[in-house]
Amino acid sequence: MTLLYRALLYLYPASWRAEYGSEMRSVFASRQRDAGGFFGLLALWMEAIPDMIGNAVAVQFDLFRQDVRQALRSLRRSPGFLLTAIAIAAIGIGATTAAFTMVDHVLIRPLPFPHQGQLVVLRENDLQGMGRFWDVSPSNYRDWKRMSRSFESMGAYRGLSVNMTGTQSEPLNIQGGSFTADILPTLGVKPLIGRVFTADDDRDGAPRTVILSYGLWQQLFAGDTSIVGRTIRLDNLPYNVIGVMPASFYFPTREARLWTPMQFPPDVFEDRTNTYIYGLARLKAGVSLEQAQAEMRTIGAQLARAYSKELEHVGISVTLLRDEVSDRTRMMLQVLLGAALCVLLIACLNLANLLTARAMVRRRELAVRTALGAGRERLVRQMLTESVILAIPGGMLGLAIAYAALPMLVRLVPNYLPIAEIPTLDARVLLFALALTVVTGIAFGIIPAVRAGDNTATELREGGRSGGGRREHFRAALVVAEVAFSIALLVGFGLLTRALWRIQAVDPGFRADHVLTLRTSLPMPRYEKTETREPFYRRVLDETRRLPGVTGAAYISFLPMVMGGGIWPVEIAGHPESLANRRTASMRFVTPGYFAAMGIPLFEGRDVREADSNTAPYVAIVSKSFVARYWKNEDPIGRHINFGMHDRTVIGVVGDTRVRGPERNPEPQVYVSWRQPDDVTTWYAPKDLVVRTTGDPYALVSSLRRIIHSADSDLPISDVQTMTEVVDQQTAARRTQLGVLGLFGAIAVLLAAVGIHGLLAFAVSSRTQEIGIRIALGARRADIFNMTVGEGLKLAVAGILGGLVLAYAVGRLLQSLLAGVAPLDAATLSVAVLVALIMTLAGSLLPAMRAVRVDPTVAMRAE
Amino acid sequence: MKHPDLPEPETLLPLQPATFHILLALGAGDRHGYAIIQDVARRTHNQLRLGAGTLYRSLQRMLEQGLIIEIAEPEETDRDDERRRYYRITAYGESVARAEARRLTELVKLARASGFAPERA
Repeated sequence: MTLLYRALLYLYPASWRAEYGSEMRSVFASRQRDAGGFFGLLALWMEAIPDMIGNAVAVQFDLFRQDVRQALRSLRRSPGFLLTAIAIAAIGIGATTAAFTMVDHVLIRPLPFPHQGQLVVLRENDLQGMGRFWDVSPSNYRDWKRMSRSFESMGAYRGLSVNMTGTQSEPLNIQGGSFTADILPTLGVKPLIGRVFTADDDRDGAPRTVILSYGLWQQLFAGDTSIVGRTIRLDNLPYNVIGVMPASFYFPTREARLWTPMQFPPDVFEDRTNTYIYGLARLKAGVSLEQAQAEMRTIGAQLARAYSKELEHVGISVTLLRDEVSDRTRMMLQVLLGAALCVLLIACLNLANLLTARAMVRRRELAVRTALGAGRERLVRQMLTESVILAIPGGMLGLAIAYAALPMLVRLVPNYLPIAEIPTLDARVLLFALALTVVTGIAFGIIPAVRAGDNTATELREGGRSGGGRREHFRAALVVAEVAFSIALLVGFGLLTRALWRIQAVDPGFRADHVLTLRTSLPMPRYEKTETREPFYRRVLDETRRLPGVTGAAYISFLPMVMGGGIWPVEIAGHPESLANRRTASMRFVTPGYFAAMGIPLFEGRDVREADSNTAPYVAIVSKSFVARYWKNEDPIGRHINFGMHDRTVIGVVGDTRVRGPERNPEPQVYVSWRQPDDVTTWYAPKDLVVRTTGDPYALVSSLRRIIHSADSDLPISDVQTMTEVVDQQTAARRTQLGVLGLFGAIAVLLAAVGIHGLLAFAVSSRTQEIGIRIALGARRADIFNMTVGEGLKLAVAGILGGLVLAYAVGRLLQSLLAGVAPLDAATLSVAVLVALIMTLAGSLLPAMRAVRVDPTVAMRAE
Repeated sequence: MKHPDLPEPETLLPLQPATFHILLALGAGDRHGYAIIQDVARRTHNQLRLGAGTLYRSLQRMLEQGLIIEIAEPEETDRDDERRRYYRITAYGESVARAEARRLTELVKLARASGFAPERA
């Protein structure tokens, strides 16, 4: 029983316990003795427990208030220290909070769908090639849905791109999604107004319906609720608006702004290799992802047996919707968070250093207070209160920094996720910042505080003169750690910079400069036939080529890098491959002149011609890697391939382009005539115009707009950009990340320099007399200077050695982002070391100069 | 006899009930903690039973305020268990207790005038 009472006593501060602990125990013992009987004891405890707890809280609070008052008084006396410390804490906390918010937003925070952990994406995957995923064919989707038992519901979706006309504004090209009726209920979202799709909307030939996004509704219809029931024109067809989704709804990507029902005409089920949709399903309650994967494996195997010709080696992948984040994005964000933590650590080291120095200056004051009976615990507590008090405005300022910085980081949020572009600072983030603030305050306060409690008695005896050597060592160790971590940051920044340079130096396969591109999405079915498309292309291209400065113009179905897909299986006579083993190539429909306009070299044969029409023999131009794959030492010209559902003759060989961007190896490319076949779908009809000019590409925009509008005034013009911008976008996320890392590195270096400066300045001022004596005894000023700088260098070298070990670890961690740059890249390491040395010199210069200027007579008179 | 640094007694009013009761208990003589609890309980007919936490928190504050002092254990105590702390009311403590009593008396007078309290029997 008394044990419990003893335990309750631990709720009180140690100083209180020392003072009153035994008293309280003895009082309690007496009361226990006098209580008499079981019920008396019970009553006593009923009284004692709230009494103990309530008063413990009150005592702690009293002490805290007292500490805060004292801390504020003492901090007010040194405003320079106060501001420096707050600024450093703010930088560390701000950087970490911003990085955490991004990581939380992209990787951790649940998607904005109820029970999002049950949502899975279904795809076909290649059981032979590791990690290759494909879209799903409607027939497979239909069978999966029929055969599976793991899912509460399943739907199909795909991306959509339509032209909207008939509103007050110019024709618009709008991205959206095409959903079966199950998709929205599966996601668990309800419309803001109106209704969602029903099975009736899915029927082939049902009246056309559309649901608008909140953003589009606001933009085009000013949030008019009478929009439901009205008709809008998409691709020149009337669609009945049936609903508007809430502002927070994004699917399948952030760009989606309207949704139409997906209808399957009966004939799409005939071809199991016609893959163009994705499956989305919700796991039944109690069914795990693994169980669903196992079931789908079985179903995949059954289908593969039933349709071995098409589906051999085709499996089914089931992945959580939440995990649809690429490894690269994940890695980029983790690097960001790691670097931010590094900055926070350096900030904490720096603050610990500052506080230690301050404690040394105040050591007499602290010693006196100890002598007056403030126990060591009280002292530690007092100093911790002070550091937490410093951290709180630091944390608030840091939160403001994070808030301001978030919009600069949006490029790190992939646009393929169904989440908002800019993360919100929600309660979780605020809580994180608060926790970070407290932890930071304790982290940088604890060591100086504990050390301040040590050997205070000797301080009084020895007086204020002797410079506690042990503490100098301790502070030196802090500075060495700061240098080491800044080296690690610098090397990480350096390696990623080299990687970026290497990626930017990758030859895209085309000459990006002086090329303007824009998109004119041709609405179907109006432009379904070549007869209607051809006059349009001819008119636009002819007039464009006549513009001054224009040296080439052509249309292509998809620009390289803007669209990486469009991958089709290749069949080649003499290379028997089963359907399932087929190798693939990217297919692009082009008009004549594309290679010249893009600056893609034509090595052999010829370009497509106007004469390569639907009635002429079908032709294909292949890239060099295609030739290397099939006809290593043979002449490819005149050979036949079966590609894009037609037999085609190879008529030319061109250079390879980086269709999938500079960091990914592209499939070989096959270019086919825009007129072969006659009836390509919206998706494959050439819509991207490329124009090469001798002047400023943007100077062409107004002329091009005029030309296109005179050809078809209903046609929206979108995605106006130069090819240089297209290429630059490939590295946008990396450049953002590097910008942040560079900033972090600069902060780290600055803080480390401040740390070195602080340490040396303190050493010099506490050794003024010694230096004075040395000078009086004939030491040259240069020796004094060298001695001080040398001390800084010693710290720097120790830090650099530690930093290089850290840097190697960092390099290994970053390897997958390095694009082949070695983790121990000599140039990067040398630059980082050089920066560290310069920083050391900069940090030790002022103290060294002060040391040199010590006047021996003044220094010795002070004795 | 008031220490020049101590504030006027009236500035400490009104006193916490526990504080006032402790002052009353100590007014009758020096006491240790448990004796104070017993004394208060007796005077209030068991209406107020101070817990150890409340008692020592009050004592600590009263020490700081200069209402009481800690004194050496009287020689004659023959307890066998550990040393106990004894407390004594200071002159300042007495004047504060008197001030509080005056304040309460005034209050009762006011209550009586409004008919909320019985006339003196």
